Amino acid sequence: MELYQMTIHELHKKLKNKEISSKELTESVFSRIDAVEDDVKSYLTVTKDVALEQAAAVDAKIAAGVAIGPLAGIPTAIKDVMCTKGIRTTCGSKILENFVPVYTSTAVQNLLNEGIVMTGKTNMDEFAMGSSTENSGYFPTRNPWDIERVPGGSSGGSAAVVAADEAIFSLGSDTGGSIRQPAALCGIVGMKPTYGLVSRFGLVAFASSLDQIGPFTKDVTDCAIVLNHLVGHDANDSTSVPIDKPDYTKALVNDLKGMRVGVPKELMAEGIDPEVRKVVEDALKLFEENGATVAETSLPNLEHGLSAYYIIAPAEASSNLARFDGVRYGYRASDSEDLMDMYMRTRAEGFGDEVKRRIMLGTYALSAGYYEAYYGQAQKVRTLITRDFNNAFEDFDVLVSPTSPTTAFKLGEKTADPLQMYLSDICTIPVNLAGLPGISVPCGTVDGLPVGLHIMGKMLGEEMLLRAAYSFEQQFGWNEKPKL
Amino acid sequence: MDDKEWRERQLVESLMGLIPFHVEYNPAGTSEALELEQFINNGGTMEYEPVIGLEIHVELDTESKMFCDCSTRFGEAPNTQTCPVCLGMPGSLPVPNKKAVEYVITSGLATGCDISLYSQFHRKNYFYPDMPKDYQISQYDLPLCIGGLVDLDMDDYKTRIGITRIHLEEDTGKLIHVGGAGRIAGADYSLVDFNRAGVPLMEIVSEPDIRTPEEAKAYAQKLRAILVSLGVSDCNMDKGSMRVDANISIRPKGATEFGTKAELKNLNSFRSLQRGLAYEIVRQTKALEEGRPEEIIQETRHWDENKGVTSSLRSKEYAHDYRYFPDPDLVPMEFQTSWVEGLRAQLPELPDQRRERFMRQYGLPAYDANLLTENKAMADFFEEAVTLYKGDTRVISNWMLGDILYYLNTENLEIDEAALTPKHLAELLKLIDKGTISGKIAKEIFPEIFETGKLPHVIVEEKGMTQISGEDEIAQIIDMVLEENPAAVQEYRDGKERAFGFLVGQAMRLTKGRGNPQLINKLLREKL
Repeated sequence: MELYQMTIHELHKKLKNKEISSKELTESVFSRIDAVEDDVKSYLTVTKDVALEQAAAVDAKIAAGVAIGPLAGIPTAIKDVMCTKGIRTTCGSKILENFVPVYTSTAVQNLLNEGIVMTGKTNMDEFAMGSSTENSGYFPTRNPWDIERVPGGSSGGSAAVVAADEAIFSLGSDTGGSIRQPAALCGIVGMKPTYGLVSRFGLVAFASSLDQIGPFTKDVTDCAIVLNHLVGHDANDSTSVPIDKPDYTKALVNDLKGMRVGVPKELMAEGIDPEVRKVVEDALKLFEENGATVAETSLPNLEHGLSAYYIIAPAEASSNLARFDGVRYGYRASDSEDLMDMYMRTRAEGFGDEVKRRIMLGTYALSAGYYEAYYGQAQKVRTLITRDFNNAFEDFDVLVSPTSPTTAFKLGEKTADPLQMYLSDICTIPVNLAGLPGISVPCGTVDGLPVGLHIMGKMLGEEMLLRAAYSFEQQFGWNEKPKL
Repeated sequence: MDDKEWRERQLVESLMGLIPFHVEYNPAGTSEALELEQFINNGGTMEYEPVIGLEIHVELDTESKMFCDCSTRFGEAPNTQTCPVCLGMPGSLPVPNKKAVEYVITSGLATGCDISLYSQFHRKNYFYPDMPKDYQISQYDLPLCIGGLVDLDMDDYKTRIGITRIHLEEDTGKLIHVGGAGRIAGADYSLVDFNRAGVPLMEIVSEPDIRTPEEAKAYAQKLRAILVSLGVSDCNMDKGSMRVDANISIRPKGATEFGTKAELKNLNSFRSLQRGLAYEIVRQTKALEEGRPEEIIQETRHWDENKGVTSSLRSKEYAHDYRYFPDPDLVPMEFQTSWVEGLRAQLPELPDQRRERFMRQYGLPAYDANLLTENKAMADFFEEAVTLYKGDTRVISNWMLGDILYYLNTENLEIDEAALTPKHLAELLKLIDKGTISGKIAKEIFPEIFETGKLPHVIVEEKGMTQISGEDEIAQIIDMVLEENPAAVQEYRDGKERAFGFLVGQAMRLTKGRGNPQLINKLLREKL
């Protein structure tokens, strides 16, 4: 087994025991990048020099006998929506093609403090808007399982690098499913923590009330390890939850006995590919066989979730993206006649179609006379959905559904029809609206393409989620890899 | 300038309080003079009245900015007091400044507002290069303070101005237009200084209760006095830490509906506020009286202090839709009643209370007490001088509202910027009381004290200006005067009192002003 194929916990042992050096590991990952990146196209920026320096620093520590944490020396890729000081951060947009931040996002800094080795910045749908990574302002990323297919989105680059072993783990951001859906499509583990659990400081905002940073990992154990170092109160983010950090690895217990699993019928209905549904039903049987109780439940307001999301997210985005105006940084249209002309041309030339579409939607939804009919109404729906979840969690420890209604679709298949594309996140969006945690773990394949099992938990219920996901993983014994 | 123009000019100028209204300014005749006087007294004409509301922006005196740690110090090199947050860099997030919230609530408590226990920040969306995020974090339907009032003591009547709301927002950066006379039109290029971006800005919105430019000025001054006494802002209009926008419309007297209003932006002195409003009253009233109501449109107007006119800045046809919505980066603010009451308990003495106390404690007339307490530094100066001097408080007040105010105005200084301290004044008054110097000498040496900050006794000694109070010395001088002026002596003896004054004057001349006047009078009478 090559080093680049291993998990964080396997590699940590080898590093600690001086069986390998971080330099060797890093070089192994970069050799993998050299081998497959032309096919996968998951990185926007590769930071080999930075990575080798960081690896050398960790190796020096190990040599000096200093104890290292579980993430030290581990090659890590970061979605290009998180600010990294001195390293360009494009958000997948032409408008930020040459933008080099002067500061590092808290989430990334927390990992850097643990000694991660940063391999680069990963491709994404422009400003995290999309479900296929085809909306990148640069190029589409491809699914390592079938390079004719999409890796999902918007964190498609971060999902693909882990699935293709071009990094040991990665960070993504999830506004409506952008971690869980590509994790499902790429056959890896992806988690969106409770809103506010991971600092958003330095995460370029798409929709502030929905965005959350989370990890892509090869297994649930790695997910818990990363979460331990990602979570924490940040005084720079006033929506950050002030809690004592739990040790999430303690939740990695293989035990489903007595766990109450609810299956919202609205997420197993038509619109979900029957073969995907079948794979998920099989997974639920495994839960039952291992002592969990599985029952159908209903979240009646879920049917309005997608509509509410496509009002709230664009509304916030229209405001969040106003700052990209050509005045202070990023792209600026040349030869403008006056200020207004400069604004309009900069944004017309710098933003892609999907971003413009959502800015227009959001601007309309917030405008005088329409606010109550759209934004106000959507916020009410949001409250109802949150209430549905709270009711369900009176009876259940976790809720389970498919992560994505389909397996990975072909490149170009849905780009002409934005509404079709929006349906890709139908299972994941409700969790964002309610601010809850969700995780996707591989639960099988359909026609050789991975299917993700979506486990949803209550507010700050990450430990229960991890226990459910870990137990399932242990029982299911997933070990398939894409053939690249 | 034809007669009509001249008349209008007079009207505006007198309304502005720049020239006292007087018949001599209007040689054309008394009937016009009467009309003007009516206009001024009624805050309009017999038929029309102005309706004025003010929006006052006050930069709060916090150490750090509204949503980040950057310093708020004024006058530093451009863009040196900035960070990713106040520059609105991608990914940056705001964290509210608790002190600023406290300051706004304190201001609300001092002006009788209700304090909202639940409040929220909204985003006000519009594009402008001085605004880093292209939206301003402000407050919308849930401001911190609602429904206060300010009582005004005008010269011959009292009135009360309602406060609609007080809310908190962040200031913008500052554009510097290079070339084209510093205005945006015609500039070669523009620079942005973001040092001010993110400084906490409190907006106090009044009810449209103001009827005259005088009231507008008095209201703004009263608010300043309150805010300065609270220590929430220096309210320095020169530095832009207090800025006034005025909404003004005209309506027929007795009407309840408002007329079409114009908004005067960035009136940056009390004088501009008063003059700008006066100009608008005349402009709008004329348009109505002369049958041209279409000239009054809802618009923003610019007051040109040099030319003394307002001009259209932008029409409200292009009015922005600010697309307000709750800022998702900031959680709503919730306060405990006990916390608010704690702030109320800490309120310092307010100008009105202080004025009452000055009248009660120091026996000052209302006029003096008012003048002294509308400026916190003046009132502080007065009280310190009272403590140091221990004599008649009226004497201190007379000096302060006389010579001291005169020199402050001449030098364009605030009292706490002058070299003169209460110690100087107290010592000067003690020197007079002891008879070391005369009141006249005191006034003579005052400019030097004011300018140099030298203590009075030092100047008196340096110049040898102590008063001559020795009876022998004075008697000798009087003998000389009597000898030199036999004609005047004769006149006095013939019953002409006027001659006595002349002889006193001669004695003072010989002592170079240092002779004790009482003694000179006494001895002269005796000898004559």
